[in-house]
Amino acid sequence: MTTQDFIQIILYFTLLIGLTPILGNFMFKVFTGEKHFLLPVFGRLERWTYSFSGINPEEESNWKSYTIHLLLFNLTGFIFLFLIQIFQAQMPLNPANLPNVSWHSAFNTSVSFMTNTNWQGYAGETTLSYFVQMIGLTVQNFVSAATGIAVLLALVRGLSRKSTDQLGSFWTDLTRSTLYVLLPLSILFSVVLVGQGVVQNFKTYETVQTVQGATQVIPQGPAASQIAIKQIGTNGGGYFNANSAHPFENPTPLSNFLEMLMILLIPAALTYTYGKMVGSTRQGWTIFTAMLILLLIGLSISLYAEYSSNAIFGKLPLMEGKETRFGITNSILWSTTTTAASNGSVNAMHDSLSPLAGMVAMINLMLGEVIFGGVGAGLYGMVIFVILTVFIAGLMVGRTPEYLGKKIQKFEVQMAIIAVLAPNLVILLFAALASVTAPGLTGLNNAGPHGLSEILYAYSSAAGNNGSAFAGLNANTVFYNLTLGAGMLIGRFGIIVPVLAIAGSMAKKNITPTSAGTFHTDNWLFLGLLIAVILIVGGLTHFPALSLGPISEHLLMNKGITF
Amino acid sequence: MSAKQNISLFNKKLALQAIKDSFTKLNPALLIKNPVIFIVAVGSLLTTIVVITGIFQGNYSSFNLNIAIWLWFTVLFANFSEAIAEGRGKAQAESLRKNRTQTIARKMEGRQEIAINATELKKGDIVVCEAGDVIPSDGEVIEGIASVDESAITGESAPVIRESGGDRSAVTGGTKVISDRVLIRITSEPGNTFIDRMISLVEGAKRQKTPNEIALSILISGLTIVFLLAVATLPAFFSYSLAASGLPGTQNLTLPVLIALLVCLIPTTIGGLLSAIGISGMDRLLQRNVIATSGRAIEAAGDVDVLLLDKTGTITLGNRMATNFVPAEGVTVEELADAAQFSSLSDETPEGRSIVILAKEQFNIRGREVYQLNATFIPFTAQSRMSGVDYTSEDGTVHVIRKGSSEAIRSFVQNNNGFYSQKIQEVVSELARQGATPLVVAEDKRVLGVIHLKDIVKGGIKQRFAELRKMGIRTVMITGDNSLTAAAIAAEAGVDDFMAEATPEDKLHRIREEQANGHLVGMIGDGTNDAPALAQADIGIAMNTGTQAAREAGNMVDLDSNPTKLIEVVEVGKQLLMTRGALTTFSIANDVAKYFAIIPAIAISLYSGKNGVGPLSVLNIMHLGSPQSAILSAVIFNAIIIVMLIPLALKGVRYKPISANAALTRNLLIFGLGGILAPFLGIKLIDLLINL
Repeated sequence: MTTQDFIQIILYFTLLIGLTPILGNFMFKVFTGEKHFLLPVFGRLERWTYSFSGINPEEESNWKSYTIHLLLFNLTGFIFLFLIQIFQAQMPLNPANLPNVSWHSAFNTSVSFMTNTNWQGYAGETTLSYFVQMIGLTVQNFVSAATGIAVLLALVRGLSRKSTDQLGSFWTDLTRSTLYVLLPLSILFSVVLVGQGVVQNFKTYETVQTVQGATQVIPQGPAASQIAIKQIGTNGGGYFNANSAHPFENPTPLSNFLEMLMILLIPAALTYTYGKMVGSTRQGWTIFTAMLILLLIGLSISLYAEYSSNAIFGKLPLMEGKETRFGITNSILWSTTTTAASNGSVNAMHDSLSPLAGMVAMINLMLGEVIFGGVGAGLYGMVIFVILTVFIAGLMVGRTPEYLGKKIQKFEVQMAIIAVLAPNLVILLFAALASVTAPGLTGLNNAGPHGLSEILYAYSSAAGNNGSAFAGLNANTVFYNLTLGAGMLIGRFGIIVPVLAIAGSMAKKNITPTSAGTFHTDNWLFLGLLIAVILIVGGLTHFPALSLGPISEHLLMNKGITF
Repeated sequence: MSAKQNISLFNKKLALQAIKDSFTKLNPALLIKNPVIFIVAVGSLLTTIVVITGIFQGNYSSFNLNIAIWLWFTVLFANFSEAIAEGRGKAQAESLRKNRTQTIARKMEGRQEIAINATELKKGDIVVCEAGDVIPSDGEVIEGIASVDESAITGESAPVIRESGGDRSAVTGGTKVISDRVLIRITSEPGNTFIDRMISLVEGAKRQKTPNEIALSILISGLTIVFLLAVATLPAFFSYSLAASGLPGTQNLTLPVLIALLVCLIPTTIGGLLSAIGISGMDRLLQRNVIATSGRAIEAAGDVDVLLLDKTGTITLGNRMATNFVPAEGVTVEELADAAQFSSLSDETPEGRSIVILAKEQFNIRGREVYQLNATFIPFTAQSRMSGVDYTSEDGTVHVIRKGSSEAIRSFVQNNNGFYSQKIQEVVSELARQGATPLVVAEDKRVLGVIHLKDIVKGGIKQRFAELRKMGIRTVMITGDNSLTAAAIAAEAGVDDFMAEATPEDKLHRIREEQANGHLVGMIGDGTNDAPALAQADIGIAMNTGTQAAREAGNMVDLDSNPTKLIEVVEVGKQLLMTRGALTTFSIANDVAKYFAIIPAIAISLYSGKNGVGPLSVLNIMHLGSPQSAILSAVIFNAIIIVMLIPLALKGVRYKPISANAALTRNLLIFGLGGILAPFLGIKLIDLLINL
């Protein structure tokens, strides 16, 4: 690694840490209804939204109603997206005359964008029209991220309120996070991207002659606006198939740096918002630090794996599958952050990462997408681990475990277990199914342990609502479209519903004031414990499979055997 | 036989019974209550079937047999831990019950007396007990007064008075009347007396799981499902890998190996010991002579963060003590002390004795030969409100010394034409204001001075409160004294807060207020008027000497009637929760090493090429002898760790009054780090032994 590499990494994390309290504080104001500078600009839009949809923004609901509102909203989005895909040919804004999408691919894509996963079994430019991309996908990019924030807000209210069953209004949370956070940031960022050279137009695809005399079709379209929200909303669904490795999506080193920063920006800032909302920024920073440490551990292992010599290439860098424009460090920083944050956009092919770097990416997914994670989703997933940690370790101080003064009892443990179980169920069961059945195995491009990694990665990506892929897998088949679609649904709502249930149950409880007998959740000791619990629970669950996949591959590679 | 006896950890008789019970507990209907151990039992059964069918098919495998045997041991060890805990608890409770079941009750039917078996008594029945009778069941004295020997339950040999009305009316089944005759109304249904309830709390079969225990069972069951998934999907990944390595699918993992892996991973240690921990918590409470009426109570005790403590008896010794002599003008302090001591020589009250002792300690004034002085002692009466002594001095004059309340002495002196000075009155009011009791001493018509009688704070109590504070528990002193007095004693005892001039309603109100603010409140009480507060408190400990109403309202009964017991109960509760947390952490931490033993063992052939040793063998960091011995060692370690931890489960982790953070750090080092390292050592050792 060169000095520039180190400087860039340090700059990246300094900016991330610096922006966290600024954006976090702003979001705190937005979500608690305090005055902020965007109110004069968008305030009227918010009121219009409410009066147009007949919503009383003051009307709060209990956890069950909140959940029903959320599910209905997502279901509506899913049905709409499904329909416009299977009737794409009859819809406007289709200059490339793309045909209707197959039912299973439309199902998979609709689920994928509704769940903030953005798994793409199709190639964007050759499958979907401008209409579907804009009215369908981009809209879901906003509202799926806003849904994640809404769940988090309900959870925070459950933790900070007492003796009530009201968790706030899903509609208000959805509107505010879209209008004041996601939309302004996206507008700002797409303008910056256009400035860097990202395309944003409605032109038909251009056919050009290459230098060597071949003809090439160059796709066009409204890319910048979708790329902005795909990075900001931890969506990751690229406009083009090559995602952010494509020069139209990611043209310059600056655009690359900013796109990477946007991956973690909101998930990181939400930890600060969380801290402020529960009444102690230390609580937020503790979670932030735990996430940061886990991220840095993964990053270090990946960089080590990529830069150390191996039996096949010696000291030569492993550039296959990576953009020469970005080089190793930028590819690895991206692969680590995008898998940690449940974003899933890529600027290098994860399939081509060295086995250990690929494993780190996979572990990021398998740990439940809690290392910053998806917008809102990462943090509420992390709170589930916090609850488990508090429960196990809290007993050791001799009291019924409590978090933020709320006792953790049977119901919370039950729900937390369901939330942990749901994604792991998807990963293990579906991956096992795919690795022994013909429809699963026919999708593989590689043999040996690497093939197993491809399968594991796909289902981990679906379960974690990440959306990135070990691209070696041809997943646009009925089998993969359906199983991955089911995996995304379970991975999303199998966590959201238990989290909201916990929020509802916590809101009813009284808050025990802190004393010397209280188990503290805002110090280094707890931080270490939290990291240990995440690694041990995740590690113990997936170690057998990982050892047969990437670990075997790494060991074999060092003996000079590849697949 | 008293409940107080300490049963040694592995009493031979108990151990034999427990071994027997370990087998009867193999009954699936009982096993299913513990999902983790149930899964182990199912695994053992399946492995046994594999071994047996193997024999019939002519491919007997000693490896499979060993696995099967050790899996059964795992189940038996878990059963044994529960059985031994139950046995210890039962042994203590049984001796209490024995007394009562053989008792014949003399039930009153109208004016007639009929003899029936004590176990047939119902709530509301009235029985008569005379000297020599054993009281047949819990009840309340409704007529008469008697002295009762309660040594059967308290171990205290001195008989106690039980009488109708007032705060000493409750009697406990199994205790014995030694004098007089009382009518008792039975207050508990058959089979539902305190002792019955206590027994049911330690008997595994009838035992209700407590809330935290349920939550923890859910957690470990959830982990079990996770590991079940991980193990159940392994053959699929394995079959893929076999195909990729060019090996035949017949080399896939066998059922015994998969079961061995599963059993090693699921939290069998905590799963096996969980009920033993709960039962022994009850048991420890019983050893302290406290009977809990529900398991929930002992858990809540660990959570209590506010203690309401009565001043008298808990914080202060019950009686006031002389601490100081304040002489009147023109009187030396020695003269005052001498007169005070002389007047108190035959005063047997604690106050009187404390005056004698104080005079002796401060001025070395000794008791004198009383008869030489022709002294006549005048005892305290409610009418005179004074006590003292009349004596004849050497010159033959009769002198009269009196001590008593300031009003009484004032009229005594003035009747003798003496002078009661303003100065004395000031001293008296000053002492009263400080919360002390001033006792004025006069000889004939002269006031000698004032004895300062004061509440004495119990030795060591201040340190105890400091410990509680470290644990995050706030203490509130309850007293009927005025606020000045209360403040003075509160400061001296080091309590955090006090309630002066507290009525029972005030107590109840205070408890509700604390609870509304999220606190859990513990209190101890005895009187009928304490009952509402005892019922409201999260932990209400009724003293055994108290009324039946109080005993019904509280969720624990302290047989020793020692108000300081509340603090010990809190400690037992905390220790119980700590033990659960520590063993859960240990159990999960153990898994790391087991993976390093088993994964390389099962995956050794994959991608191995010619020499048969695949790349994953580098994970065999313990350098275990062979794949089979590695798996077997992990299973054996997993089984015997349960037995090795039984003493810890029964005794509880060592408890120290330290802050939450300090306790956590300590337990994490021992059980977290220890839990990761111990199996590496253990498995390696077992493997060395197997390969000898």
